[in-house]
Amino acid sequence: MTDETLLSARRLSLSFGTIPALVSVDVDLWPGEMLAVVGESGSGKTTLLNVLSGRLSPDSGTVWYRDPAGRLHDVHAMEAPLLRKLHRSDWGFVQQDPRENLRMGVTAGGNVGERLMAQGARHYGSIREAALDWLSQVEIDADRIDDLPRTFSGGMLQRLQIARTLVTHPRLVFMDEPTGGLDVSVQARLLDLIRTLVSRLRIAALLVTHDIAVARLLAHRIMVMQRGVVVEAGLTDQVLDDPQHAYTQLLVSSVLQA
Amino acid sequence: MRGYNFAYLDEQTKRMIRRALLKAVAIPGYQIPFGSREMPLPYGWGTGGIQVTASVLGPDDVLKVIDQGADDTTNAVSIRRFFARTAGVRTTTRTTEATLIQTRHRIPETPLREDQIIVYQVPQPEPLYRLEASRAETRRMHALAEYGVMHVKLYEDIARFGQVAISYDYPVMVNRRYLMAPSPIPAFDNPKLHRMPALQLFGAGREKRIYAVPPYTDVRSLDFEDHPFRAGRAPHACGLCGAADSYLDEVVIDDRGQRLFVCSDTDYCAERRAAGHLGTEGVAEAAE
Repeated sequence: MTDETLLSARRLSLSFGTIPALVSVDVDLWPGEMLAVVGESGSGKTTLLNVLSGRLSPDSGTVWYRDPAGRLHDVHAMEAPLLRKLHRSDWGFVQQDPRENLRMGVTAGGNVGERLMAQGARHYGSIREAALDWLSQVEIDADRIDDLPRTFSGGMLQRLQIARTLVTHPRLVFMDEPTGGLDVSVQARLLDLIRTLVSRLRIAALLVTHDIAVARLLAHRIMVMQRGVVVEAGLTDQVLDDPQHAYTQLLVSSVLQA
Repeated sequence: MRGYNFAYLDEQTKRMIRRALLKAVAIPGYQIPFGSREMPLPYGWGTGGIQVTASVLGPDDVLKVIDQGADDTTNAVSIRRFFARTAGVRTTTRTTEATLIQTRHRIPETPLREDQIIVYQVPQPEPLYRLEASRAETRRMHALAEYGVMHVKLYEDIARFGQVAISYDYPVMVNRRYLMAPSPIPAFDNPKLHRMPALQLFGAGREKRIYAVPPYTDVRSLDFEDHPFRAGRAPHACGLCGAADSYLDEVVIDDRGQRLFVCSDTDYCAERRAAGHLGTEGVAEAAE
């Protein structure tokens, strides 16, 4: 771990009964970097995400987070108020199903503004301005600001979720299959959007996906997981062009070539 | 009255409620759970308020009970008679004479004093209940003072209606710490909560919660900097006493759509008429 590391995990282990979900996993994430975690379903990707974000406690191992002031925090020893504050300001979480994150009974503008209001913003005009700005950044028409999310398409919902997450300018975003369940053209547009926003705002992101193509497009580095073990890790192109581990070779070769 | 303890409740229950009240006063706006008892009136009629009143009532107290500001409605009359019979205390309809006032949905227009206590009947003590279904979660939100979601509700109102559309039970911050439901008083009455000299007690019988605002405590209605809180009232003068500053009830007076606006606080209206103030309808009556 260097002075720069944003998030750092050492020897994370967690098992559900006799099923090992994580076996001595190490993770390092630097500011502005996109790290993809790939693997088949049940390989422990989402568990890793939940443990890193403090939603789930590991059986052993530690997760360190460096706050903007440079202090290190042990995520799992942190007091609940501090962790919750982190989750609504410095961190963001993008779910596969945007309905889990959005308030479906609240307008698009209210959804985007919620994190601002949770941080103490009390000026209606500036909240609305920020909401309009973010809706345009995620390519949602300004005149949809007072519409309920239930009138939005799947791709729009996902973009709305991204706007809602990024409005507080988080330094670290956890993404759990952000393009899952969307059709291919919508997926492509969303990937493009995520890539643009993340690089422009210099956000570090941890991306969980089972889609190698998504990882190749977005991530700087990649971790391949199988049954809770990180079998291979490195620069995305390096790992995907010259896979060393048998499982990675299998994953790469199983992608359909268009 | 024979066969009953003073003010109906047994002394152990009163002690339990008083302990809850002491905690409530110590932590302004925080909801204290208490063992609410079955009372001889249905939930929603003031079972919480009546238990709080019974616990703080003494033989020398003078009791006033109002419902929507009026002394002569069913709820007010029955609760007033209940304590007159079970405690033998003196009752009154005059705000200035009362030492203890139990109220449903209003705060009297006449400013209250340090030697008075006002008890509110509360149907729903949790201000966040429409926004967050889980009580475990709302308790956590109170503990961590995470009240952003309440502002989301205000934001939604302004986005849809151009203004905050909450006309009663308008959420307030007590002592800059706890979010509190002021019971379904009109938003018009919210400014009266702020730094009131009288002790304010809130009882929710069905929900089994007690909370309080001690005298001279800051109570602020939630708002946005660019959309400040406004206390709304019907833009009329009282038809009976001519008051242009009181909260008004709209009364339909015939089947041709004729309406009369009158003070909802009956005592305030009667006092003003006794002092010689007359509204349009009042004048007509005197001329006949």
